[in-house]
Amino acid sequence: MNTNEHEFAVPHFGQPIDRFVATISGEVYAAVHSASAIKSDKRAQLLAADYADPLKLRALAGQIKQHTLDHLDRYLPQAVASLERNGARVHCAADGEEARRIIGDLLQQRGAKTVVKSKSMATEEIHLNDYLATRGIESVETDLGEFILQIDGDTPSHIVTPVVHKNRRQIAQSFERHGLGAYNDEPETITRRARRFMRDRFLRADAGLTGANFLVAESGRLVLVTNEGNSRFSLSAPRLHIALVGIEKIVPADRDLGVFLNLLVRSATGQQFTAYTEFISGPRADGRPSGAEELHVVLLDNGRTDILGAEYREILRCIRCGACMNICPVYRQASGHAYRAVYPGPVGAVLTPLLAGEHFAQFADLPKACSVCGACGDACPVNIALPDLLLRLRDRAKRAHAALSARGTPPMGGFAAVATHPPLWRAALTASRLANRLPLDWLPVPPLRAWTRRRTLPEFRGGAFRQWFKQRGQQ
Amino acid sequence: MATKEEFFATISQALSANSARAPYPPYADTDLVAKPRVAGGSAEAVFRKNFAAAGGVTVSDLGELKAELARHDTKRGVCDPALSATLGGLDIEWTTTFDRQRPDDYAVGATIASGAIAETGSLILKDRATCDRLAALAPWVHVAVVRRADIFLTLPEALTRLGDDPYVVFATGPSKTADVEGILIQGVHGPGAQIAWLVD
Ligand code: SF4
Repeated sequence: MNTNEHEFAVPHFGQPIDRFVATISGEVYAAVHSASAIKSDKRAQLLAADYADPLKLRALAGQIKQHTLDHLDRYLPQAVASLERNGARVHCAADGEEARRIIGDLLQQRGAKTVVKSKSMATEEIHLNDYLATRGIESVETDLGEFILQIDGDTPSHIVTPVVHKNRRQIAQSFERHGLGAYNDEPETITRRARRFMRDRFLRADAGLTGANFLVAESGRLVLVTNEGNSRFSLSAPRLHIALVGIEKIVPADRDLGVFLNLLVRSATGQQFTAYTEFISGPRADGRPSGAEELHVVLLDNGRTDILGAEYREILRCIRCGACMNICPVYRQASGHAYRAVYPGPVGAVLTPLLAGEHFAQFADLPKACSVCGACGDACPVNIALPDLLLRLRDRAKRAHAALSARGTPPMGGFAAVATHPPLWRAALTASRLANRLPLDWLPVPPLRAWTRRRTLPEFRGGAFRQWFKQRGQQ
Repeated sequence: MATKEEFFATISQALSANSARAPYPPYADTDLVAKPRVAGGSAEAVFRKNFAAAGGVTVSDLGELKAELARHDTKRGVCDPALSATLGGLDIEWTTTFDRQRPDDYAVGATIASGAIAETGSLILKDRATCDRLAALAPWVHVAVVRRADIFLTLPEALTRLGDDPYVVFATGPSKTADVEGILIQGVHGPGAQIAWLVD
């Protein structure tokens, strides 16, 4: 499609997300749109090829995760005991500030100057890199996508493919600016240069910092699902490993990983399995030359317990696969940064306002960035009823009279009055037929004009349904 | 910083309002197996097929390994001491310790794998069996020696037998990325070529 179509003027009306969409370039739009479509297709094809009934598998995944969350008062203490039995040190952080301080202190006490970090949404959530910089600790993003964002001073726009909003030319320019060689936009060259640049960083780093995709309560295993080998390096070269893990990452037992790994990978990248699945249950084996001698696990709450106690708790099942955003028509148009937070797309539209706690109103517009098409709910590998949660959050925003949520919404009072009084409704239908004769360009409402400029309306045939329904009743 | 007890207490309190707690659903491990992936023969045959699909190469003897290594520049290598006698027959200058000062000196690393998974086409690398994590990771080519008897047919079998090793890696083909425009590139930070040498 013609990408320039999306470069129209910034409207001064409407929701923040609409205003953001109007500013994104045709290049970004095209990159996000096509990548999302490809990932959605691959996910659906692979699941259908491998399983007779993929829906049964995701229902199972949803049930296991819900069970774990509903019994977190049992599984979390079990996970902590298992981790400690394995020789890990466990720290509990009620919020982002505590988590940052714990990690900062651990590093500083050991005189760490450089840490190599593998991709982790939890560390993004608590803005760890900026904090570590204030304590004089350099944190190097080692995932290729995250590294590109770091040298650009940019933020991830997707939870699995963080740099999906940039194309190879932009990436090549960033590499050139950062002194990684003369301009070259071959993906292979870009990748080799990152490999060369990072080697030395890995081997000189004082600590490796990771998140975790899962934490198994019974065995105390942290599970990392990656492709590039950067997390393996982060766990091989430095002598200290710190993992930041949200409390919702727990699953009961090793066998349950079979459910989640199969679904996560297929849903996230359309692969049947990632290149590396790592299971960490303690410091390195005795006498081995590489690997961390010390393992610290920081458990992060940061608003999760509040969600656990209320009606939106099923959002905590999320395994961060990104399928809901890949398939979302609003995300495809808007791209991830439009959601103004770490988690974009449908999952972000639910999670961000909830994690914001008392600042809910600041993100009350996000649940409205949804056409209620239901695609996200159908794609979610842990069967989260995302459309339902979005609707309930809209309702909550309306009840809380969140100003942001109401912005750009036409007043509905007049419509409600007409729709609930049959004589008025009939009169309005007759009058509306006039619309067929009105030139639409005359419409005095700017958002409507912007819309009708490039579209034509079908002929208005109001009343047909009422007529059909009446006749049906008579038969 | 919250103590563990405080942390647990907040969670118990949050859950106290939840009257309908979901039960653990019953399921069989066989429900999780991607049946079309394990069809077509022995665990070895299935492993070969799926490992190849993930970009890996399987060899069965020193001759095949030699031919495969000839496709890469493999002048120097680092290997597990237990393998140096066998690998000595190749035209490669081997050392048995990974020198961190010269990480790019080794074009090939050879270590011992603890097993493999046919369903996913993965090698199982365990810390206690690996001479040095870096030897299995930093060189462009990684050769993992794996016994045929240690190939699990399905993923659930492997997951329920992880054992007590502190660090287990399922390596499924070479390292890869699709961060640049979704284009698949093999060989990012880990090996660009992954070889499994099956032995009895
Ligand atoms: S909400 Fe579901 S689909 Fe969306 S990222 Fe989470 S697990 Fe994936």
